[in-house]
Amino acid sequence: MPRRALTGNEAMAEAMRQINPDVVAAYPITPATEIVQIFASFVSDGLVTTQFIPVESEHSAISACVGASAAGARVMTGTSSQGLALMHEVLYQAAGLRAPIVICEVNRSLSAPINIHCDHSDTMGSKEAGWIQIYAEDSQDAYDSVIQAIRIAETVFLPTMVSTDGFIISHCMQGVEILEDKQVQDFIGPHRSAYSLFGGAPITVGPLDLQDYYFEHRRQLMEAMNTSLTTLDAVNKEFKQKFGRGYDIIEEYKTEDADHIVMAMGSTCGTAKVAIDKMRAKGVKVGLIKLHVFRPFPHEQLKKALSKAKFVTVLDRSDTASSMGGPIFVETRAALYDQMPKILFADYIYGLGGRDIDIEEIATVIEKGEKMKLQGKVEKPLDYIGLRE
Amino acid sequence: MTKKGWKDLPTGGIITKAGSALDFKTGDWRSEKPIWDKEKCTSCLMCFIYCPDSSIQVKDGKMTGIDYDHCKGCGICAKECPVKVIKMEMERR
Ligand code: SF4
Ligand code: SF4
Repeated sequence: MPRRALTGNEAMAEAMRQINPDVVAAYPITPATEIVQIFASFVSDGLVTTQFIPVESEHSAISACVGASAAGARVMTGTSSQGLALMHEVLYQAAGLRAPIVICEVNRSLSAPINIHCDHSDTMGSKEAGWIQIYAEDSQDAYDSVIQAIRIAETVFLPTMVSTDGFIISHCMQGVEILEDKQVQDFIGPHRSAYSLFGGAPITVGPLDLQDYYFEHRRQLMEAMNTSLTTLDAVNKEFKQKFGRGYDIIEEYKTEDADHIVMAMGSTCGTAKVAIDKMRAKGVKVGLIKLHVFRPFPHEQLKKALSKAKFVTVLDRSDTASSMGGPIFVETRAALYDQMPKILFADYIYGLGGRDIDIEEIATVIEKGEKMKLQGKVEKPLDYIGLRE
Repeated sequence: MTKKGWKDLPTGGIITKAGSALDFKTGDWRSEKPIWDKEKCTSCLMCFIYCPDSSIQVKDGKMTGIDYDHCKGCGICAKECPVKVIKMEMERR
């Protein structure tokens, strides 16, 4: 398998080239610009047969994607931050219409104040839109997950976004193992959708749906979300079996004997693993749960994985502005509510606007957690890492 | 008509039959109903011109009745009728 030095953006663009979607409609935004810029050069160089639609905004980009998807095309786009926010209205339409569009997303904070660096606020703002959300830890993960996302989206008929941490993954180079074009094509198979405007018999897409049917259609969407974890798991298992690597919905690192679990998403998982090794060398029984999928929320998997935990340290790279803490914290606690005996939780918001997080900082919060675990009580359920008071 | 449950509806809220708008009775939310006095009507067709839902039925230049499947009960016909032979009544269902 050829190994190439690629940034996250290059890896995602390469996956797109091998997928060769029928339609890509996109608008540039830092730090995701390169993905579609590189892809546009593939189009110009004749390396793909994609119809590339340059548009005047992200709202138009995703709208064109929905139309093309309804017409039965395999559709992809790329965006970030304000771009995803501008797509917001149409994200719900894509989900409701069950259009299996795949977005290569790069996580970036939201304005104001304006900032181009990484946090998870943008995709967290869309977590209720009915899209599957996959968070990559590195470029290899991003490349593999984009390929898997096509299969997943086109099996459960739900749009899917794969995201990388802005600049940290999107612009950093890493050795990435690239599959053969044919391997990718064989894995994704021919395009599948729930319906097509050119499928034969005439259909109407997007009619008015009032009190008497809307509820049922939303219930269908909930069911698709509820059952999609099985597909996510199956697609990953097949990928693993064929290509020797994969990404579980939740990845457990040194958790077997751990009574203290750290939870994180994205590139911070790599840093956390080193911090955990350090703490383990000091005899602390701590492990990591990397959430690879945030939507649908893998609550059953988490219940099982956290069944032996006494203390959970959550690292959230976004806030909910609810005064309840970050989304991983809020949802994990809700998932664990019925769990006996009670697990203690502490949430740390970190890295907003791209602020760095290092091994020492994670080690420090693990130490704090150890103390609270011994005391049997959490002093501050919500705190911050790397914030000046 | 029995309505289908969520498990039996087509995915994505699409409509799989062409021309199904014919089956959609748009007047079912009417709260008032126009009652037409056929004997006193002069067939001037003012109601036909004003009705926003094309619910005044006309044949050979004469008014023949009201299409209650689509009439929304707005009362414009009653208001515009020069000889006041359309009266609005509360709808009873
Ligand atoms: S406006 Fe009155 S008189 Fe004229 S056609 Fe209608 S009901 Fe008859
Ligand atoms: S009540 Fe309104 S909708 Fe009904 S027939 Fe009269 S004008 Fe038309």
